[in-house]
Amino acid sequence: MLTDLYISGDSPLHRARPAWKLVLLFLFCTLLFVVTHPVMLAIGLVTIALGYAVAGLGPRAAYTAIRPAFFVLAIIFAAQLWLETLWLAIYVTLRLFALLMAAALVTYTTRASEFTEGLLALLSRAPSWVPKAKIALAISLVWRFIPMIRAQFDEVREAQRARGLDRNMLALVVPLVVRTLKTADEVAEAITARSLD
Amino acid sequence: MGMRFDRVCVTKAAREILSEITLELTEHRIGVIGNNGSGKSTFLRLFNGLETPSSGTVRFGDTTDDLRRHVGFMFQNPDNQIVYPMVEEDLAFGLKSRKLPKAEVTERIERVLHDLSLTHLRDRLTHQLSGGEKQMVALAGVLVTKPDLICFDEPTTLLDLRNKMQFMRTLATLPQPAVVVSHDLDLLAGFDRILHIADGRIHADGRPEEVIPAYRALCEM
Repeated sequence: MLTDLYISGDSPLHRARPAWKLVLLFLFCTLLFVVTHPVMLAIGLVTIALGYAVAGLGPRAAYTAIRPAFFVLAIIFAAQLWLETLWLAIYVTLRLFALLMAAALVTYTTRASEFTEGLLALLSRAPSWVPKAKIALAISLVWRFIPMIRAQFDEVREAQRARGLDRNMLALVVPLVVRTLKTADEVAEAITARSLD
Repeated sequence: MGMRFDRVCVTKAAREILSEITLELTEHRIGVIGNNGSGKSTFLRLFNGLETPSSGTVRFGDTTDDLRRHVGFMFQNPDNQIVYPMVEEDLAFGLKSRKLPKAEVTERIERVLHDLSLTHLRDRLTHQLSGGEKQMVALAGVLVTKPDLICFDEPTTLLDLRNKMQFMRTLATLPQPAVVVSHDLDLLAGFDRILHIADGRIHADGRPEEVIPAYRALCEM
């Protein structure tokens, strides 16, 4: 899960090479999906708990990471409960929880620039026509602009609330999309102005 | 060494935004004023190559190429200029494309943070900074590339009085020549030269004490 919450530190996880963290995250997520056994899930959850402990991240950091996903997790749990069994609902929800927590652990311990370098390392064997640097920059920009778009959404919601339109989806989405597109234009221009490429 | 504009025109969608601008700019502090839509932002964007003339030439010294290497550009909204989540990472961004050794990148970042008294912000998340801090970080991102000239597009519009005054003090100490587009006439009062742009042309060009009162009078009409 993408968060804008890099927490500086000097733990082994902070110091680990970003490319390795990404590879391990990929393997971890794949294992959790391929091996559908409660023991595997339990091992996964314990591994994540250990990871947070090693990184020096407390329950508060873990809660901050998962809080935005509570609604989605609740819907998935309810859908599974309705369509399948209570056991499967718990299993599926916990598995998604584990994946999100693992991804958040990577973003908590990896600076955007390190993440970019990690991506570049992973892309180093890609064919020459793949715009490696641009892909890496685009991913880094996601980190930077999640909080900005969130702040813009809050501003639009405030403005529409003042007009009594805070329950009108169109009144919320249209200004947000227009502002986001305008911001994207200006950011692209700033990148052009600041770099020589 | 300064900027030279030779019969520069900018046309967009069959509309002439700038017409026949011919200027030589060698002063240390140059202000640009004019009403909204007069063409002053387009004029400023020509300095850094963000805008390309439809005809005519823009030169820095003797060169028409690579203007971006010589001219830094500060945008009105620092939120859109800062592209990395952390201050130190953002300052390194402009240096990456210059292919500098890592040690020099680190040294330049340290120096610019020290010079602007921003060392305490090095590891901060950029979206958590105040408006004034963002403005200073955006300026640091320009200064770290050591430009020969800096363009500012309405730099104080989003600042409160305290941050505006801090920005003015910082601007006064910068060794580089600066070209500032602004509606804030107080900011430009002590400058060496003021250009008043109207309808895409240089309407007035001279000392602030001549050009600014005339502009005020025109606005009050």
